[in-house]
Amino acid sequence: MNRSRRSFLKSSGMGFLALGLAPSFLVRAAGAQQKARGKTLVVVFQRGGMDGLNVVIPFKDRAYYQLRPSIGVAEPAAGEDRAIDLDGFYALHPALAPLKSIYDKGHLALVHACGSPDATRSHFDAQDYMEIGTPGIKSTPDGWLNRCLGENATNNAPFRGVAMSAQTPRILVGLRQVLTVSSVDEFRLRNAAMGGALQQLYANSADPLFRQGGNSLFESMAQLKTIESRIPASSTSYPGGAFAGSLKQIARLVKSDLGLEIAFTEIGGWDTHVAEGGATGQLANRSKEFAAGLAAFYQDLGDRMDDVMLVTLSEFGRTARENGNRGTDHGHANVMFVMGGKVRGGKVYGRWPGLAPEVLYEGRDLDLTTDFRSVCAEAISRHLGVKDLTKVFPNFRAMNPLGIVA
Amino acid sequence: MSTPLTREQKVTHLLNRISFGPTRAEAERVQRMGFRAYLDEQLQPDSIADPEVEEKVAGLKTMRLNSRELFELYPPPKQANQQPMMAAEMLGPRQVILELQLARLLRAVYSRRQLYELMVDFWSNHFNIFAGKGADRWLTTGYDRDTIRPHALGRFRDLLRATAESPAMLFYLDNWLSAGADSGASRFAANNRKRGLNENYARELMELHTLGVDGGYTQKDVQEVARCFTGWTLRQPQQRGEFVFDPRIHDSGEKIVLGTRIANGGVEDGLKVLDLLASHASTAKFIATKLARRFFADDPPASIVNQAAETFRQSNGDIRAVLRTIIDSPEFFSAEVYRAKVKKPLEYVASALRATGAETRITHQLLRYLGRMGEPLFLAQPPTGYPDRGASWVSPDMLLTRMNFAADLVANRLEGTRVQADTLRDTDGFIKLIAPDSLSAPTRAALAETAGKDALALLMAAPEFHRR
Repeated sequence: MNRSRRSFLKSSGMGFLALGLAPSFLVRAAGAQQKARGKTLVVVFQRGGMDGLNVVIPFKDRAYYQLRPSIGVAEPAAGEDRAIDLDGFYALHPALAPLKSIYDKGHLALVHACGSPDATRSHFDAQDYMEIGTPGIKSTPDGWLNRCLGENATNNAPFRGVAMSAQTPRILVGLRQVLTVSSVDEFRLRNAAMGGALQQLYANSADPLFRQGGNSLFESMAQLKTIESRIPASSTSYPGGAFAGSLKQIARLVKSDLGLEIAFTEIGGWDTHVAEGGATGQLANRSKEFAAGLAAFYQDLGDRMDDVMLVTLSEFGRTARENGNRGTDHGHANVMFVMGGKVRGGKVYGRWPGLAPEVLYEGRDLDLTTDFRSVCAEAISRHLGVKDLTKVFPNFRAMNPLGIVA
Repeated sequence: MSTPLTREQKVTHLLNRISFGPTRAEAERVQRMGFRAYLDEQLQPDSIADPEVEEKVAGLKTMRLNSRELFELYPPPKQANQQPMMAAEMLGPRQVILELQLARLLRAVYSRRQLYELMVDFWSNHFNIFAGKGADRWLTTGYDRDTIRPHALGRFRDLLRATAESPAMLFYLDNWLSAGADSGASRFAANNRKRGLNENYARELMELHTLGVDGGYTQKDVQEVARCFTGWTLRQPQQRGEFVFDPRIHDSGEKIVLGTRIANGGVEDGLKVLDLLASHASTAKFIATKLARRFFADDPPASIVNQAAETFRQSNGDIRAVLRTIIDSPEFFSAEVYRAKVKKPLEYVASALRATGAETRITHQLLRYLGRMGEPLFLAQPPTGYPDRGASWVSPDMLLTRMNFAADLVANRLEGTRVQADTLRDTDGFIKLIAPDSLSAPTRAALAETAGKDALALLMAAPEFHRR
């Protein structure tokens, strides 16, 4: 620990001292680095409405193959393009094969028939409700991950809440400051020569709003710079693409002990109305990218997965029956992935409502038996230690704890 | 009492508030005409010839098309491809939204009807819709052109009605799906999503469009207003997007809204609600507060709000009259108000292009910058629109993006955008335009250590220029 503090001072401190900045700033920044390994929640939003029924396949439900004659994934058996058995009832889509060993180790749990209770089938509204955490109530001004930061004010690190996206997602909008970076590498001044002058200008500004914003900015940039020198390059090879790239950067932030509590990233392309495909095709390609990213992240973090919990969200599932274009339309309940060293994995959670016509939601979709907030509430209370859940999810009371976090 | 503003500061201040930032030409014009005459002219946009910018906008084909033509010419991509959903879903209509964004920024930078254009922006946020939501991808063009723009300096009641009847709003806040409980909706429910009463529009109509959240309505009023607006729906939202009143799904029973009995039935019910709301004292107060926040300060003095609300009441919601009350007040030109506001990204980018006299084609790159500063145009998701409070716009990444934009602008690294060399050399002239005799000591100190054209980048990256 002492070594890391010294090396931080050495690598970036001199520059600040030369600029005449208050030493307290340095002490604070170095102090943040010293913090014990904290817990991190990573939320992945699968935008577009993932087809949960073809991702975690209820192959023993006879109705599944009747509803999906052309896109159904063949039940587990020897050979190519077969679903991967999980527990004799559910099976993973073959493109999710990299996740099977994590499931077997007990570090990946799945929750089926899960999602937002609101009936909307609009991408926009459903995503909005899931991000503000109050399904049915549009006027909620902030996102539930931002409220979560407010309830867990244990540190002031600029990297407490990070969104790996071009714009701050609704789920992280709110009173607590978060950092939005589309890429850690891009988080730097285009004209580096002006850095010193600007930093000093902001530090000395009599305008409190901008002094604070500027100090926070230059502090963040300095800390990011230290990551490169302090964190060894990852030995894990991540697949290409923006999604895996953002997970790689999140892993780097976790390993650098900068006080990251909440990280957010997203992966689009799940809106499979046309030519969705079965074991291969559109959904398979998307699932492959998703699974490869998660698996690389898991491998990269190794033991640090004990401090990390990754939860996925997708605004709604899709129609139980395939449509006339060999795809599926906007539906209701879906599947959530929960991954982490302290997850009670190797299990598919949630009561299965069935796919018989009379039990389908509004006659067409998988019915919902677990509210997504039940899963998220457990993650933030058991993993992050948030005490007052009513502040994060007002008007919500989880019926039965799932027991998904050890 | 603090020191009164100098004449130069007053010029900068006026242009910071009633335009998207000073240009050299406009600063001279204000000097020549005087403040009141300049304001009068800006309040009469029809009297200002503006052929140059309208010619540029006319180059954007979609701006002239109606929603039906837009649906036909820019259909949704047939197949979701490998790209992320937003990109894929917007492939066809993406062009429609792109051109809207280009036009908005073009007008902010080049229009001579500056006050009018910033009121268009103000109302676009007040009556926000999200251009990325379903059919709104094709309906926003008409919303901007036919709903907001004709009334931006007109009467509030007319603007309110125009938004209530606009296909874009009916779709965005789901009113087109709202059906009365005892209406005939169930008869054709099999292939119809109109399942019952939807309160979204009714709630936002009162909370965000008129009375304000503390404006004195109850949940019961929300339900009653929602019942009044049943039947205000859309014909073929995804092909034509036309407002139509459908009596079959209208709840024709008696309603009580804010204590007033409404029993006519039919489309009159909704119109009666709009009348009640537009003439309500809470609405006058709420709109006055928001306008004073835009033109005065985040927390405007009660005296100004009260005067503006009084003008709103007496003039039956004449937007021009309310603006005059706020801007033509003695407090307006005071040191407390000078630079009290933080520029939104649109205001920041437009003011930088205006102050540097940049010649710009307005490209996708500029729009991307706006997005990363937090204000992708027409794409605010929540019904509140983009916030008009300074603290919302000063996060580290937003600041960094502004600094990088300023650096790119003066380095002439922005595609299709050019700042003249003599402008880049004339630091003093630039300071006189944007912060006459009012640079802070830290900015002056930093400037002393900065050479060449970096000086302009530094000035535009400094707190003084983030404020207006």
